[in-house]
Amino acid sequence: MITLFGYPIQALMGQLLLGLINGAFYAVLSLGLALIFGLLNIINFAHGAQYMMGAFVAWLLLTYAGINFWLSLILAPLALGLFGMALERLLLRRLYKLDPLYGLLLTFGLALIIEGAFRQAYGVSGQAYQVPKLLQGGINLGFMYLPLYRAAVVVVSLVICLATWLAIEKTKLGALLRAATENPALVQAFGVNVPVLVTGTYGFGAALAGFAGVLAAPVYSVNPLMGSNIIIVVFAVVVIGGMGSILGSVLTGFGLGLIEGLTKVFYPEASSTVIFVIMAIVLLLKPAGLFGRTA
Amino acid sequence: MRPLIGLVLALLAALALPFAVYPFFLMKGLCFGLFAVSFNLLLGYTGLLSFGHAAFFGFAAYVSGHVMKQWGLGPELGIASGVAVAAVMGLLFGLLAIRRQGIYFAMVTLALAQMVYFFCVQAPFTHGEDGIQAIPRGKLFGLVPLDNMYALYYTVLAIFCLGVWVVWRAIHSPFGQVLKAIRENEARATSLGYRTEHFKLAAFVLSASLAGLAGATKTLVFQLASLTDVDWHTSGEVVLMTLLGGMGTPLGPVVGAFFVVTLENYLAEVGAWVTIIQGFIFVLVVTLFRRGLVGEALAYWTKHSRNRSRSGASLPSPSA
Amino acid sequence: MKQVFNAVLAAAALVLVAGGSAQAQISDGVVKIGVLNDQSGAYSDLSGQGSVVAAQMAIDDFGGKVKGKPIQLLSADHQNKPDVGSNIANRWIDVDHVDAIVDVPTSSVALAIQEITRNKDVAHLNSTAGTSDLTGKACSPTTVHWTYDTYAQAHGTGTAITKQGGDSWFFITADYAFGHALETDTAAAVKEAGGKVLGSVNAPFPTTDFSSFLLQAQGSGAKVIGLANAGTDTINAIKQAHEFGLTKAGQQLTGLLTFISDVHSLGLDTAQGLILTDAWYWDHDADSRAWAKRWSQKMGGRMPTSVQAGVYSAVTHYLKAIDKAGTDEARKVVDTMKTMPVNDMFTKNGKIRADGRMVHDMYLVQVKTPAESKYPWDYFKVLRTIPGDEAFRPLDKGGCPFVQSAGK
Repeated sequence: MITLFGYPIQALMGQLLLGLINGAFYAVLSLGLALIFGLLNIINFAHGAQYMMGAFVAWLLLTYAGINFWLSLILAPLALGLFGMALERLLLRRLYKLDPLYGLLLTFGLALIIEGAFRQAYGVSGQAYQVPKLLQGGINLGFMYLPLYRAAVVVVSLVICLATWLAIEKTKLGALLRAATENPALVQAFGVNVPVLVTGTYGFGAALAGFAGVLAAPVYSVNPLMGSNIIIVVFAVVVIGGMGSILGSVLTGFGLGLIEGLTKVFYPEASSTVIFVIMAIVLLLKPAGLFGRTA
Repeated sequence: MRPLIGLVLALLAALALPFAVYPFFLMKGLCFGLFAVSFNLLLGYTGLLSFGHAAFFGFAAYVSGHVMKQWGLGPELGIASGVAVAAVMGLLFGLLAIRRQGIYFAMVTLALAQMVYFFCVQAPFTHGEDGIQAIPRGKLFGLVPLDNMYALYYTVLAIFCLGVWVVWRAIHSPFGQVLKAIRENEARATSLGYRTEHFKLAAFVLSASLAGLAGATKTLVFQLASLTDVDWHTSGEVVLMTLLGGMGTPLGPVVGAFFVVTLENYLAEVGAWVTIIQGFIFVLVVTLFRRGLVGEALAYWTKHSRNRSRSGASLPSPSA
Repeated sequence: MKQVFNAVLAAAALVLVAGGSAQAQISDGVVKIGVLNDQSGAYSDLSGQGSVVAAQMAIDDFGGKVKGKPIQLLSADHQNKPDVGSNIANRWIDVDHVDAIVDVPTSSVALAIQEITRNKDVAHLNSTAGTSDLTGKACSPTTVHWTYDTYAQAHGTGTAITKQGGDSWFFITADYAFGHALETDTAAAVKEAGGKVLGSVNAPFPTTDFSSFLLQAQGSGAKVIGLANAGTDTINAIKQAHEFGLTKAGQQLTGLLTFISDVHSLGLDTAQGLILTDAWYWDHDADSRAWAKRWSQKMGGRMPTSVQAGVYSAVTHYLKAIDKAGTDEARKVVDTMKTMPVNDMFTKNGKIRADGRMVHDMYLVQVKTPAESKYPWDYFKVLRTIPGDEAFRPLDKGGCPFVQSAGK
């Protein structure tokens, strides 16, 4: 058997694959965060709460309306998108002229309210959500048993990330978005309705978070605190990637998933800290993040 | 003249209060008040939002708890060591964090604090979920037994006053003026020849030390140090206190701290609503009255007294 | 100045003491019981409002009065913060004159309350906290630890499973004091029963994704995978073990600190086959069923956890002891509690030891398959009844100071 640092190479491959799967969640979440930050200049602290809501909407749809996973995968992000747009219209809009720190504080408050409300309504021990029939079971890869569902998560996340990236880099809408990020007044002068663009972007970011939530429901415990557990890690991902950089956040998401996966083998105790250590190092060497422009 | 009378009255009230209000509650308010004042030095006067201040508060609590319980040293040394460690941490955090501004700064401090949290979960001396318990309070200067509730209260009050006085001196010194200049326009401060990085770092270390002082004092009061104190929710709470009371006002954060502590204690009887209410307060303050309780009150007061005595000598505007 | 102050204090204390002894019996004419627990956080389903309801039921069943004096119930949410818990407890004791503090999940809060109740001579009837220190190093003459502790969970599960043939173990341990305590205690029991430990991995707390650790556990080839963690961590680990087909491949999963509320949240489909130790099961006998149904009516159809039943049992026993001792003075009541056997819907012939440990039978249970479950909350089949003396830590091993000095 071939070994690497005393570990069979097969076992390592398995762990790397798992890391990649976790990276997929980081990537989708940080993608939404980066989009919102790029255009609105707001750190969306409520992103974790929106992720949690996505999972809960899927669970509610299943429990009370019998709607299956596949439909939820469309409906829940839609619901979250609408919710996000309402938030932007009613609350966030008031803060654009102020220091961006106020946006952070407002969304922090929103996260507390949402989490508290779900805790009050559904308790904390979590709800059961099954893997959809079609994706139950798994494939034996020889070096590990890979549940089909996990494989699907990686594929779907990659598709979503790629599609978003293409939409922003290659379409007219994307060009407008990028232009509005640079100079909103000028774009407005060209007759583009920038406020609608902004509302739509926040909605799309929230929808991405909701999408990740639905993806997470069958594998992680669906409970009101699931968002606040992951959000800080995602913040670190975004900082390392360079805030506002879409490609950066996606690549960093997958990359850090891999590194975390390896840490779980060689030094499991540090696997939750490793991302923050990397963040500190990156900031020392390259304060703007790996893919960021200097602010 | 008038502020002096106010100060004397406030001090008299603070001295008499434990006979009317439950002292443990007051002491908790004072500890969090000091924590919020230290935080305000950064947010209100330097314009830096740290989202990781719980790290200094909580870790100092652990250090002083360990020193007092395991090494059996007295309360003075316990608190001093907590403050010293917090200062060193402040220096390290500061060196990393002040390279970035605004939101970036907030995220970096948050992530660094998260590292401290994970360290505290795993390090043996913190006893994980159990925390350090039954920490002896000992005798102040080997004389005054701090197990006496009133002796403890006056000690805590003295520490609180000391901390607030340090912040007061700092912001009313040339050093404080430079900080305010940095808050208003860092580029201009730089162009005036100030090495703003050094000033920011100094403010960060001072703030971290005082947060540590607050945490260490809290250990003395509750005889315990636990993970709650290093949790990022505590970092959020201190932001809430400062914002609610009024950032950039000298005593606003104290008012905010007492408000939140009251909420936590008296809403405990109704169960799970504490976080929801805290969230609503955040949203309300940010969207409607960004000057906070004290800030709004001061603004109202100046406006009215100006109207009344338009011809008379103008009152000093509330110190920013 | 200070002398005058001290003199006044001393005089006040004297008046209080004199007043107290003159009145004797029930201080200030009312017995106040405070349920202090988590009503919003991680333990709110396990204890929470359900414990408050259980305590109220105990008072109502007792007739609402003891020795002719009314019994009053208070409750509060300590939010899992030791300082909030301490503040409430201090205020309850100093201002409201509460006689007993009940339930108290989260070991950091429980240990803080332990210090306060010991110093201020108030009864502490703990049901939900896991730390065995409550009757060990940190024991107190006014405390009774009722339902379970980490030692009993670990020891009971470790011994029972090993004896049933599960003799090689791998641990996934939450990397903090509590997780390590669970692992150490279980591993000791496994070795004592003739089994061996093949390995363990420390997972940071909290962890959301356990797949990597589960893969390591799978690779070890151990027959039994012990989850030395709790709450959401355990739920995530079990969910993912199911997903990765560990149990189907023949490995036995056991939650060292898992409760019926966790099983309910996982669903039988995912949790089936899991082995765990619990102190009480609602469907165990006629008495427990009858009580559980009454509780369930007040709680919207949920079924009580063992710790909620423990709260009922502890409060009932406490009231009986007040009745017998004729006083609500904490030391005397708890001493009286220790002389009376516990016989109720919670346990038969339970006894409270000198260190405050309530010793009773525990149950090794396995989660049913969806096909075996006939009605809602029909979750467990009892594999083995673990006698109390086997499950709980021996009296002389705990290191409780006043037990050791009494022995000399």
